[in-house]
Amino acid sequence: MRYEGSAVRSQTYNKTFIDKIWNFFSSVKVGIGIIIVILVAAAIGTIFPQEMYIPPNVDPTTYYKQEYGTPGQIFYLLGFHNLYGSWWFLLLLAALGISLIIVSIDRGVPLYRALKHQRVTRHESFMKRQRLFAVSDHGISFEQVKKVLLGKRYKIKEDNGNILAEKNRFSRWGPYVNHTGLIIFLIGAMLRFFPGMYTDQTLWIREGETAAIPGTKTDEGQYYAKNHKFVMELYNKKDKQFSNALNQVNNEVPKNYQSNVTLYHADPSHVVGEAPQLKKVKDAKIKVNEPLAFGDYALYQVDFKLNEFHRMNLKLEKKSTGKSFGEIKINLFNPKSEYNLGNGYKVKMIEYFPNFKLDEDGQPATENSVPDNPAFVFKMFTPETPKGETAFIGIRKNVEAGKNKYKMTFSGLETKNVSALTVKKDRTLPIIIVGGIIFMLGVVQGLYWNHRRIWIQQKNGQLWIAAHTNKNWFGLKKEMQAISQESGLVMPVDQSDEKSA
Amino acid sequence: MAELSSNLLYIAFIIYLIATAVFAMSLSDKKGNEKAAYTRKWGRIGYGLSILGFISQLGYFVTRWIASGHAPVSNLFEFTTFFGMMMVFAFILLYGIYRTNALGVFAMPIALLVIAYGSMFPRDIAPLIPALQSDWLKIHVTTAALGEGILSISFVAGFIYLIRMVDQTVSSKKTKMIEIIMYLLLCVLGFVLVSAISSAAGYETKFDWTDKKDQKTELTYNVPALVGPPNGTQADNHFGPLLNAPSWMNGEEAPKKFNTFIWSLLTGGVLYGIIRLILRKRIAAAIQPKLKNLKPDLVDEISYRSVAIGFPVFTLGALIFAMIWAQQAWTRFWGWDPKEVWALITFLFYAAYLHFRLSRGWHGEKSAWLCVIGFVIIMFNLVAVNLVISGLHSYA
Ligand code: HEM
Repeated sequence: MRYEGSAVRSQTYNKTFIDKIWNFFSSVKVGIGIIIVILVAAAIGTIFPQEMYIPPNVDPTTYYKQEYGTPGQIFYLLGFHNLYGSWWFLLLLAALGISLIIVSIDRGVPLYRALKHQRVTRHESFMKRQRLFAVSDHGISFEQVKKVLLGKRYKIKEDNGNILAEKNRFSRWGPYVNHTGLIIFLIGAMLRFFPGMYTDQTLWIREGETAAIPGTKTDEGQYYAKNHKFVMELYNKKDKQFSNALNQVNNEVPKNYQSNVTLYHADPSHVVGEAPQLKKVKDAKIKVNEPLAFGDYALYQVDFKLNEFHRMNLKLEKKSTGKSFGEIKINLFNPKSEYNLGNGYKVKMIEYFPNFKLDEDGQPATENSVPDNPAFVFKMFTPETPKGETAFIGIRKNVEAGKNKYKMTFSGLETKNVSALTVKKDRTLPIIIVGGIIFMLGVVQGLYWNHRRIWIQQKNGQLWIAAHTNKNWFGLKKEMQAISQESGLVMPVDQSDEKSA
Repeated sequence: MAELSSNLLYIAFIIYLIATAVFAMSLSDKKGNEKAAYTRKWGRIGYGLSILGFISQLGYFVTRWIASGHAPVSNLFEFTTFFGMMMVFAFILLYGIYRTNALGVFAMPIALLVIAYGSMFPRDIAPLIPALQSDWLKIHVTTAALGEGILSISFVAGFIYLIRMVDQTVSSKKTKMIEIIMYLLLCVLGFVLVSAISSAAGYETKFDWTDKKDQKTELTYNVPALVGPPNGTQADNHFGPLLNAPSWMNGEEAPKKFNTFIWSLLTGGVLYGIIRLILRKRIAAAIQPKLKNLKPDLVDEISYRSVAIGFPVFTLGALIFAMIWAQQAWTRFWGWDPKEVWALITFLFYAAYLHFRLSRGWHGEKSAWLCVIGFVIIMFNLVAVNLVISGLHSYA
């Protein structure tokens, strides 16, 4: 019935290797199998966190065993920690795509042929095979029947006094439309791996700083962003509306994360080393859920760091009197090697550790160049100590080489907030959106409408009636009841009821 | 406003309860014509009550929205009660098409259980964290819940089909499975009873213990401790733990959840036992005669129809709208976070169901069992993924 006698390729050929592959992928059993394997694998992948969600500084080879014991180790060894990017998962998705393409061609073409050339007059055995079927001896007025059928929005074809009434044929294309949507979606998802289609980079940018936005450089130039201010707002625990809920939790509840930025564009510079000429594009407030879109790109608020050390002030003091001989201001990102305080007083910076730690040998070193824990080795020169006195100064650390007369004391700290902005370009999005829309149209088309056909034929002085739908027999029966009431046509019997009763 | 809101929810709850009883009554043992009229009359009353209850709950939803300033679908309580409301809505829709009272007998109490379950979580009106401040949040969550509500009706109809059709004269794997479903539903009731009674009594017992991050913290149980945290000590002299949770169970609040879970299973067992003692037969065997007038084909059709209607709605809400929102909030439309993966699993499962049914002719019993599994997946996503496998979706 489904393809109305039209030949389906997979049922016709089964000789060559290609035929075998074709038949394999066009089988709905295989298709369901692929869906279920993907489903089960995806489910197993959620038992423990994926690699991308474990803390960034841990080693996955030991993490899963440590955290989750033997099951965790098995999870890791079988590769489920990185399931969704693994070659075999991608292969499963590819198999799904291939299956969808093949099944659509295999069945779509014959279905098209069959629906295009429908005969009005059908053979007796065809009529008898239909689930809704009746034979009646009463003659009725065809005109009345046609009127009722037209009223129910059936399309009517006539041949030799026989009628084929049909409606919602388009719904038969639902599966093909939705599968096409899925294929487009899958193709879109795969295109991400082609160069130029996709960018995903993160930029940490301090207040007051202007930085080139990574990944936005093209032949036309590059985008820059200046971060004016990072704003974090918290809900007020006294806020009447929410106070009950807010006081249940110990932590502050954030209300807003926002970076106030200006976007610039610079044309490609012609002279190497020349500073780029920034042209302002626009000012923007980037919030979570409100990215800044420009060109092919979007800039998102994704993270932040509050109160990063920016400048540190220290005073040169004489220990015995506590008298100060001036203050030095150290830009922690760009310290000077010498600070002259005048009158023969100066401080030389011998060494700088932005993020101080002791290395394996117990030697001072720095973790990275972010000044989270700055430490310095100073040499202080005064008229009284012209050879200089050396001191190691860090936060709550002060080590002197020998006995010093002078010391450096903290006198101030300036901090800045840092915003993390992610820049994204995803040229696959339009394809994925189109795929998604087509899929939705296809499922609605196939599932919310049904292809219904009614055959009314005159055979040997009797009236034969048969009706068919591709799904929702209840709805068809209800409609047939209404039609028979209004037109006097006999109500066909549900032959499957008779069998089961 | 907040008070009016919770009163409306309470009223809706009571009306649903009455509607359930009315639907149950409508399945009478009367014979012939009298029966048809009787069934129709009580069915109509039950249906009217369901709609009334739904309107009341809608009132809860609207007033809470006004009180909080955002769509009330942003924590576990709000989402779960909304999901229950969508189940009722889906029931109203499908009853409107098929007029089958038995559907009400099962759909209403299951929706009630869902709402009661949700009400056991903190109900305070909470503000939205930045990631949730998006119109797409409400569009996504409401549509997804509606889709899940409609899909749940396919379970209800499938379950009715199984109770109606599975041979109850002998004990079999199938009768056992049906009883297990009954038992699990009673466990939800057990959870509600234990939580509600303990909280009404203001019960609390505290433990000092060392959690996963090696931090000494205090853990407050709101129900008596059957299972204590691993290597923890009870800080008061309330009823003490009979045993300790295994040592790997050291996640945030994990032992507490485990304890509540055990309580639910036990109470469910007690309830089930009592019912069996009263009925003196399997629960399904006791219900089956009430359903003998029900056409199996019709419930089978209802079950399929719910999937046919619910699947596109679910896809739109739980996948497409979710992707649009995720693209805005988290820079990527898909990130394989557990909640997303489980939405995909639900989608794939119902896709498989449709292929089994439409292409391989799985009707009746096979199709009904599939609908049961589908509902288990939806519930898993609602309960286990939120409480056990926590992802980015910061519910509860
Ligand atoms: C995730 C993947 C898939 C989804 C979401 C999906 C979705 C659907 C839906 C919703 C229908 C019913 C539509 C209707 O009757 O209007 C359908 C029908 C169908 N699907 Fe799929 N499908 C998927 C994969 C596959 C695969 C891999 C195959 C390959 C064998 C396949 C073969 C079919 C066939 C043969 C039909 C029935 C067509 C007919 O009734 O003539 N599908 N699909």
